[in-house]
Amino acid sequence: MSERPNEDSTGTDPGSTLPSEAGGCEGCEPAKGGGRRGFLFAAGTTLLTVGGGLAAVPIVGVAIGPAEAGDPNRWISLGKATDFKVGQTVLVKFTNPWDSPTDGDSNLNVCYVRCLDHKKFQVFAITCAHLGCPVEWFAQSRLFMCPCHGGVYYEDGARASGPPPRGLYEYVWRIEDGSFEILGGRLAGLQEST
Amino acid sequence: MKSPGAIERTLGWVDDRTGLVAVTEHAMFHKVPRSAKWWYVFGSATLMFFIVQLVTGVLLTTLFVPSAAEAYQSLVYIDEKIPMGWMLRALHGWSSNAMCIMMLIHMTQIFLHGTYKFPRELTWVAGVALCVTTLGLAFTGQIMRWDANAYWGLGIGAAIVDRVPFAGNWLRSVVLGGPDISGATLSRFFALHVFVLPGTAIGLIGLHLILVLKGGISEMPKVGQPIEPETYRKEYESRVKKTGVPFFPDAARRDMVFCGAALIGLIGLAAWYGPFGPGPVPNPTIIEVAPRPDGLFLWLFAVLALLPPYTETFLILVGPPVGIAFLAALPFISPRGERAPSRRPISVIILCIIVTALAVLTWLGETSPWSPVMKAWTSIPTPIEYVRDRSPLELQGAIQLQYAQCRNCHSIGGEGGKRGPALDDVATRLSWDQLVRQIQQGGGNMPAYGKSLSSAETEALAAFLSTLDGGHLPARIPGAMEHQPGRDQSPTADPRAEIDAETDANSDTVAAR
Ligand code: FES
Repeated sequence: MSERPNEDSTGTDPGSTLPSEAGGCEGCEPAKGGGRRGFLFAAGTTLLTVGGGLAAVPIVGVAIGPAEAGDPNRWISLGKATDFKVGQTVLVKFTNPWDSPTDGDSNLNVCYVRCLDHKKFQVFAITCAHLGCPVEWFAQSRLFMCPCHGGVYYEDGARASGPPPRGLYEYVWRIEDGSFEILGGRLAGLQEST
Repeated sequence: MKSPGAIERTLGWVDDRTGLVAVTEHAMFHKVPRSAKWWYVFGSATLMFFIVQLVTGVLLTTLFVPSAAEAYQSLVYIDEKIPMGWMLRALHGWSSNAMCIMMLIHMTQIFLHGTYKFPRELTWVAGVALCVTTLGLAFTGQIMRWDANAYWGLGIGAAIVDRVPFAGNWLRSVVLGGPDISGATLSRFFALHVFVLPGTAIGLIGLHLILVLKGGISEMPKVGQPIEPETYRKEYESRVKKTGVPFFPDAARRDMVFCGAALIGLIGLAAWYGPFGPGPVPNPTIIEVAPRPDGLFLWLFAVLALLPPYTETFLILVGPPVGIAFLAALPFISPRGERAPSRRPISVIILCIIVTALAVLTWLGETSPWSPVMKAWTSIPTPIEYVRDRSPLELQGAIQLQYAQCRNCHSIGGEGGKRGPALDDVATRLSWDQLVRQIQQGGGNMPAYGKSLSSAETEALAAFLSTLDGGHLPARIPGAMEHQPGRDQSPTADPRAEIDAETDANSDTVAAR
């Protein structure tokens, strides 16, 4: 190491073993007009940048991968459309369309299905439109109530009172060959929801 | 036994190779102001509790399984099967609270005494960063207790992140590790709680301590001894040189006594009250839960319930960063001048307001009067005196009051929800027509019941409500009782119908109640 300043110095005394103060400082400045020292510095910077960039691909990729994975929503069958009783709102369980070995119960999910007639439904997310607590349906008063900050919704999902900024989130649904299906998989939220 | 000479030689060798002995000696024996007394023990106590967290935390990671499929069972296993496992969890939980409380007291003292001023600005900034890191550790720690509260707490966090303009949904997926709360979410928070945040905290604590040594421990503030950056350092050094005492053992004695007592207190609390949770199982299909954050975050829970909806998104997204930035900027806003609280009335007032606000909000969060009592309608009986001597229609109304979940938000006899007003004396406030209108159309934060109650049910409910006159007052609103259809038809069938006439029957009824 102690030889480096000498090798690279543009100074006048290549034979000296210790750099003079001034010589050392001159050497600190990268590459006056190139030279071996300047080349090494530039090469080091380039290699580290390239290496760092390559290493960042898997690191950033895994970190933000979940957000880039595309649309997680799939059609999920909730049973036969005719199994729902007209005029009733019921809690229905389903399994998320994606899962990993470590999910346990957390890949389960629930929604409320309101059957107006066998061709007309409303499907509500369980999560309150305020901050996502699970709302509970009360058939007697035909209201959804939230246990967290007291948000209340009417049976058609419209906001009745409390802090929620809007009505309940709804799932898109369809009937395929008599089977009642919802488009689900993503946690309902203010953005990207109906 | 080695001779002292040998020890000194060894130390000399170590110092020669590492330089650490001199640093340690300086840290232990440097002179500190004589006035550094009991006010100064809270920082040491915070550090001690952090060390408890590290040690118990490392052991817990050997037992806890950070998989959403097994985390809950592993916690139950630690509590019930591992010898002293429950105590380990209890220590970790209680020490986390103790660390946060000591940290807040420490910060309060530093703020109150103006210690953040020149030349200790960066010590304060590092402290603010440590405060944020510690709160992050506390929040992620709650998630490690993978129960229903953790699950829905994550849901609330996700809903807040989701409100970030434009990037909200994207950011939410990054935080949750997927499109919904899942095993990947627990893994992400585990990495934060066990690697990222403790690592950050250790680094920041090191920096904080180096800065404390560099800037020197502050003296107690003295009126008339303002900080002048031009001369402060010289004067401080000469004062400390003249009257200071070595940190160890002179000043450290108090830290040792306080930390020792706090440690024993911690062990007592942990042994007596045991570990926190885990609560109900984290199964998203079990929705009869009332998610609540731990004590430290109750004030936030209250804020989220009380903010007017149109300000909410703005305040929850902008408030915390601005608040933290303001805290960090404090020493640069006010780097000089008096340190004594008596000369800094505005700071003292601000502190009082913040402390009061946090205390009130925490209390509100604890009682959460805005939350409906979800089981009130089935589980709380109607007080006998509220149904005695009532007509069948009124009794039907009393049933309706329970059946339509009114009591989830309204109390009678002191029991039920606190979201709406208590109904014990509603007849003194609302006339018959107002009662019917309020039931049917709602308003003032009450949903309209027009669609869910038939007119007969509404009438029965109004009939019952118009008998609720506070128990000792006759219905004050003229017409509240006369217009009851049931009573109009048989006005003398019930002694209470004569209340307005203020006959003896009235006092009988009062006595009966
Ligand atoms: S989360 Fe439902 S009211 Fe706040």
